[in-house]
Amino acid sequence: MPVGVSDQEGRLRPAPESFLSEELISEISHRGVDKGRRNLLRGSFAAALAGASGLAFGDDPNIVNVPEWSRSLGKPVATNPYGQPSPFEANTVRRQSPGLTQTDQASVAFTPLQNLFGCITPSGLHFERHHQGWVDIDPRRHRLMINGLVKEPLVFTVADLLRMPSVSRMHFLECGANTALEWGNSAVPTVQYTHGMLSGSEWTGVPLSLLLERAGYDRDASYLLAEGADGSGMTRTINLAGALEDAIVAYGQNGEMLRPEQGYPLRLVVPGVQGVSWVKWLRRLEVGNKPYATKDEASHYVDLMPNGQLRQYTAIQEAKSVITAPSGGQKLLSQGYYCITGLAWSGRGAVRKVEVSVDGGRNWQGARLEGQVSSKMLTRFNFDWVWRGEPALLQSRVSDDTGYIQPQRAALVAERGTRSIYHNNAIQTWRVSPSGEVDNVQVG
Amino acid sequence: MFRWARLWLICLSILGHSALANDYSSALNELGRTATAAELSAWDIDVRPDFVGLPSGSGSVEEGEALWLDQCANCHGDFGDSNEVFSPIVLGNITEDDIQTGRVAALTDPSVVRTTFMKVATLSTIWDYINRAMPWNAPKSLAVDEVYSLVAYLLNLAYIVDEDFVLSDKNMKDVQALMPNRNGMTEDHGLWSVTGVPDVVGSACITNCSVNTAITSFLPDYAMNAHGNLKDQMRDYGPLPGVQTAPAPQVSVSPQQSGSLDQRPDDLLSASGCKACHQMNKALVGPAFTAIRARYAGADASVYLADKIKQGGQGVWGSMPMPAMAQLDDTVVAALALWLASGQ
Repeated sequence: MPVGVSDQEGRLRPAPESFLSEELISEISHRGVDKGRRNLLRGSFAAALAGASGLAFGDDPNIVNVPEWSRSLGKPVATNPYGQPSPFEANTVRRQSPGLTQTDQASVAFTPLQNLFGCITPSGLHFERHHQGWVDIDPRRHRLMINGLVKEPLVFTVADLLRMPSVSRMHFLECGANTALEWGNSAVPTVQYTHGMLSGSEWTGVPLSLLLERAGYDRDASYLLAEGADGSGMTRTINLAGALEDAIVAYGQNGEMLRPEQGYPLRLVVPGVQGVSWVKWLRRLEVGNKPYATKDEASHYVDLMPNGQLRQYTAIQEAKSVITAPSGGQKLLSQGYYCITGLAWSGRGAVRKVEVSVDGGRNWQGARLEGQVSSKMLTRFNFDWVWRGEPALLQSRVSDDTGYIQPQRAALVAERGTRSIYHNNAIQTWRVSPSGEVDNVQVG
Repeated sequence: MFRWARLWLICLSILGHSALANDYSSALNELGRTATAAELSAWDIDVRPDFVGLPSGSGSVEEGEALWLDQCANCHGDFGDSNEVFSPIVLGNITEDDIQTGRVAALTDPSVVRTTFMKVATLSTIWDYINRAMPWNAPKSLAVDEVYSLVAYLLNLAYIVDEDFVLSDKNMKDVQALMPNRNGMTEDHGLWSVTGVPDVVGSACITNCSVNTAITSFLPDYAMNAHGNLKDQMRDYGPLPGVQTAPAPQVSVSPQQSGSLDQRPDDLLSASGCKACHQMNKALVGPAFTAIRARYAGADASVYLADKIKQGGQGVWGSMPMPAMAQLDDTVVAALALWLASGQ
């Protein structure tokens, strides 16, 4: 951290004994006090006095001293031909949950929702969920086959698909197992791990309906098998009627080609449906009249109910919301104004409203929906809150345009028990302590 | 004359539009081409629950056992019961009663670990998955008869067939009728279609709602750092900095085990894909790093090991082949080999 910057940037420290930044103390102890450091010390004393008296601010050294970036020649264009986030944003990366899986190939890396804004997930921060590792595919050697109950089985090159009429649509992508760790109890500390198998992107590609029309699909067929070209040959049964409405054979994500971790060069986009059905490295689509009971819809991605039955072919992600800040593992810097912010989405349509409670669900107030509200896409919500040091239990609750309302955890568990792994869309609770620390709790 | 010309123009433009529309859709149909029979049979490998797509062939429990010990047991355990790498396939929680009823009773018991054969209702699933995705590091390398034999071995481990059983495309249907959880699935839920009826809907209550706000679960202090220091995971200059959690607990490793654990180039091992098959102290698909170190300790084996990494091999540590890691950069291979041999 540079001299003169503390982790309480923008706030003056009230106690005179703690007004020097650790960096400045360390610099002075190593190198003594020169003119520059003397000025910083003076500034710090003045600031501390101002903070203590509450009357006036001292001069900010970041203003009165010209910073180095203002008195040097900047870097040339194309230094980073692709571009990189600021080095000061190094904390905003995908992370694994230690101990969740035994191999890094059948695993998850979670999106850092706590540090993100708006409703688009940067492609490089899009969560990763692979079943047998990810692969780099040469697009010139990749093919898409359409077969099964069609008049003419077809093969397309990526060039064919890039040449066809395209659509660009905004959709969320949520793993069916998002929040799975929280069925039984509070298990992980931050929103990155509770809800970070979630993303929102603009997807570009060819409407599935166009390709199936071209192949002459059987109008009596009701299932579609999607298959990947990776080692796992991921296969999933898709609801054909739903997919004909809005599924896309996508090659683009947020304006560029798909990232390899997201299925480069082709992935199926199945809006509103759990992520495992958005088959990556898509190589084949088979139209059929019966479901396929593939491994990830017969052994995994089946929801165990208390009576021992497994719900099979659970696909839709029901409406869900979560406050992303303040959230678990964060600390409110001081009392005063906070903008409670979060994400809401529904696999059945558009978000209609989001409500926020700061008292564990006893009382609710409407939140503002920011930006455009799109069907089957993340919607950002904001809520103005003044915190005066009282303990609080923050919750958010979404309603979608079908009238569905996100349930409290207790209601969901009463019906489904705690062992169904998938489709946990319960209301999340963050506890704010008088110290300002926020942690992940469950109420009931 | 003028009127006729105008009418003519209008007709022309209507014709033009429809002609254009026809051109566009037929031109679109020029993209892509018919798949050949050989292409279809190469890629259309899925096997459905009614066994549509199942190739003919057969394999015995005995053949399956040999193959299993050779290629599968490293991850799944000799008896498919290992929980080390993947969920267990069988654990002996299936009863004679289950096979009679087609419902695995132990699925209602939270203390019982769920295994593949407790859950899967369809035999086709097992066959199809092994055929398309196994072994872990060499998918699609098994011959059809080998897949039959491996499925036969697993069925025997799950007490569904006897040890002299030979599984084939002819008797898959008979075995399906014995699958322990064949009646255990339900499609009676609202999550298949966008118009499905939800099983649980939340309350619309706005004020003074009757909810229990007692805390029923939270992370204890000792677990706060299980995901690393949370301070390093939040934006560090905003209004909501991360909480400083306790420093990571030191994992104590005995000197014999350790090799140079503290020096292991973790990032390089991960990025190079080594950890898909190797662990530090334990044999997984391949030997433990410490075991490789132990065998080559004292020798300047880094050149030999670099070659092994690059070329792959088989037979030194058992029959499980190590794939050639030819895609790795020479400097990376050299660094890995040096670390393997000497810990440097």
